[in-house]
Amino acid sequence: MAEFVVFWIMAPLALGSALSMLFMRNAVHAALMLVLNFFAIAVLYAVLEAQFLATIQIVVYAGAIMVLFLFVLMLLGVHRDEAPGGKLRRQGPFAVFFGVVLFVVLAITVAQPFLSSEDACPDQVAAGTESTEPGSCVGLAGANREGNVRGIGLRLFTDYVWPFEVTSVLLVIAAVGAMVIGRKKENAEDLVDQLPSTDPSPEPEPDPEPEPESLAVAGEPDLEGTTES
Amino acid sequence: MTVPVGYYLILAAALFTIGLVGVLVRRNMIVMFMCIELMLNSVNLTLVAFSRIHGNLNGQIMSFFVMVVAAAEVTVGLALIINLFRLRSSVDADDVRSLRS
Repeated sequence: MAEFVVFWIMAPLALGSALSMLFMRNAVHAALMLVLNFFAIAVLYAVLEAQFLATIQIVVYAGAIMVLFLFVLMLLGVHRDEAPGGKLRRQGPFAVFFGVVLFVVLAITVAQPFLSSEDACPDQVAAGTESTEPGSCVGLAGANREGNVRGIGLRLFTDYVWPFEVTSVLLVIAAVGAMVIGRKKENAEDLVDQLPSTDPSPEPEPDPEPEPESLAVAGEPDLEGTTES
Repeated sequence: MTVPVGYYLILAAALFTIGLVGVLVRRNMIVMFMCIELMLNSVNLTLVAFSRIHGNLNGQIMSFFVMVVAAAEVTVGLALIINLFRLRSSVDADDVRSLRS
């Protein structure tokens, strides 16, 4: 019963926040909608008997990663709303159509075998009791008997200790890589890709489409303003 | 008044689809990146739901690793976006076309 209520509150919240993230013109509003979505998914994790992941979701995603996103948004200027249309505006209906096709395929192949009402998992309040229902869901009452965090910790440091160590190496490499990529270059000759105006050997680049001219005209004063300020 | 696990899977599929459409239709690179995060989250939701179906914790550990990789990906990706902004003064994905002949 509790799961029913929480699911039907949080699932529309997650869907609505994701959809409104899609339609927000302002990137900061999109980021805030994404935070709301992460909170809704964290609550769903808790309902799915993954309490550790629910906590990690809030701390890592809604905390660290979204703060990083908002930090970069503030750094790069938040006043730039995305203009509607653009070069790829004909792509939109195709993207929506194939997205719907993908959703239907995923729903039929992944979710459809588990949709009948006896596929509901056994209630987590009745922990420890083995499920005798005919449904396909086993439930985590047995695996979480000593607590979800203890169960995950035991598996993580016994069966999965090698992937865990590799993950630490990955994080170190990512941190060093982000520092190397993001640091300011001392002299401009280091930059492989120069702006067209500062290119030492300007070559006449052939531009077949007529559209980039309007883009360049619109982009030029903006570019001047940001480099001077 | 019960919730079949398939409902969670359908929700995850819908979130994945929304993220994919967002990557395709949005042009702000940061928003595209956020849509990728949304897709990763929906896959995590699928893993957790299947972990509950099978009654063991392997799916939850897998989604833990997905979160770690997503954190690493975000740091490197945002550094790339900042660097592109230094070069182009824009985070519009349409402006990055140096590799086009």
